[in-house]
Amino acid sequence: MPPDAAPPPAPVIEARSLLKRFGVLAALDGVSLAVHPGTVTAILGPSGSGKSTLLRCLNFLVAPDAGEILRDGREVDPSDERALDAHRARVGMVFQQFNLFPHLRVWENVALAPRVVRRLARETARELAARHLARVGLADKLDAHPDELSGGQQQRAAIARALAMEPAVLLFDEPTSALDRELTGEVLAVIRQLAADRATMVVVTHDVAFARAVAHEIVFMDAGKIVEQGPPAQVIDAPLTGRARRFFQS
Amino acid sequence: MIGPDGALVPERPSALARAPWWLLALAFAGVLLGWRLATDALWRDIAGRLLDGLGVTLLVTAVGFPLALALGLCAALGLVSARPIPRQLATLYVQVVRGLPVLVQIFLVAFVVTPLGVEALRALGGALAFWPAASETLAGLRSSDVPMGARVVAALVFAYGAFIAETLRGGLTSLPRGQAEAARALGLSRFQALRHVLLPQTFRRVLPNLGNDLICLLKDSALVSVLGVRDITQEARLYQSATFRYAESLALLAFFYLALTLLIALAVRALENRYRRHAA
Repeated sequence: MPPDAAPPPAPVIEARSLLKRFGVLAALDGVSLAVHPGTVTAILGPSGSGKSTLLRCLNFLVAPDAGEILRDGREVDPSDERALDAHRARVGMVFQQFNLFPHLRVWENVALAPRVVRRLARETARELAARHLARVGLADKLDAHPDELSGGQQQRAAIARALAMEPAVLLFDEPTSALDRELTGEVLAVIRQLAADRATMVVVTHDVAFARAVAHEIVFMDAGKIVEQGPPAQVIDAPLTGRARRFFQS
Repeated sequence: MIGPDGALVPERPSALARAPWWLLALAFAGVLLGWRLATDALWRDIAGRLLDGLGVTLLVTAVGFPLALALGLCAALGLVSARPIPRQLATLYVQVVRGLPVLVQIFLVAFVVTPLGVEALRALGGALAFWPAASETLAGLRSSDVPMGARVVAALVFAYGAFIAETLRGGLTSLPRGQAEAARALGLSRFQALRHVLLPQTFRRVLPNLGNDLICLLKDSALVSVLGVRDITQEARLYQSATFRYAESLALLAFFYLALTLLIALAVRALENRYRRHAA
């Protein structure tokens, strides 16, 4: 088949016209976003602009009031609990506060979902966990407990936990905001490596320099709307709107 | 907290202050009692009678606590549920039970709920005419077929289910929100998240409170005596009404309860120490 006959790949995940209100506040006011395979999308914007809400709608941790979420071109039915669980199993998420499970060892944190959701045997799941922990540089911490790790190590373990489900897309919710400055580097390096491996990722961040370095697509949000969208050279270095210009200058 | 020296946060108490002197004092009382038992046939006789009731006390506690834990878990899940019907039912249950003395609940279950239930089963037997075997069994049922011991256990389970529900609710709501979010984000269902992430952490957190509930249940098992069930309290009362020897039998009765409750307290503390390091 000649290459030009292949249909363009469907977005891995797509949001259409999302609306979300918290009381009188419109957290999302008609947001649409398509994330294509092998790309990194960075969502930037001031606090309260709806970045995290958008990210959390993509895996239904927050249920949008209106709008659709599509994965691989198919709409996810928000009224079907099983469909939502299956959707979340295919969409990895890394949180600002890591949220490792403190009662489980590091490898058990990583192996839990493969064991429970994908029903892998204990030994298979442990090997899988070891592989993904090695990938984030924690091969020697398998049997440690989360409270024995530094913040940066905890966040890397959380990334391994999300990777172990072999998700179609990884969502990062301000992955370095809870870390001391000297620990952010090790986490960013892991995300950079994932980008180099062509992982599909959506990253909410305050770190403009990092977004410029890894993202193919920059999404600038303000007051629940996407204000600007495009490659870093355009959105960060030559923003069209005054709102974005003020944000990136400060 | 204000320490004795007026410091806002008191220093860690000294080893001398932390040593279990209280346990030593109790052990000393135990030794005195043991000496009494060894030298005095009357005390040995009383202790022997109380021992006859020990099995009942332990049985009521050992059967009642797991059932109360199961009921309390269901009610706690109702209390934290977003769905209106389980939430309202669980709240109604906890509030009603918490507002009634356990003794009154025991009377209610024994003398009101049980006869009503038996009557309902007999009516059901009448309706099952097409199934003669079941129909006859049910129609022949009488309240006296339900032993008093079973009625008291049912009442205690009902009462302690509510206490335990509150204990577990407190533990569940104290978990950081991110724990449930992380579990669900990995694709775990509501039930799987509870089973593998939320409940294990809850139990570790509320272990001391659950131990307290267990100790209270053991003590309240003495209430079976009001229905004539022969636990250690009832044995002591029977002995007293025959001999009017209160001091000896009550001292031994207190010793039995203390020995059991201290044993539970120490076991719970050992379990706590095992979990403490990575509890949450």
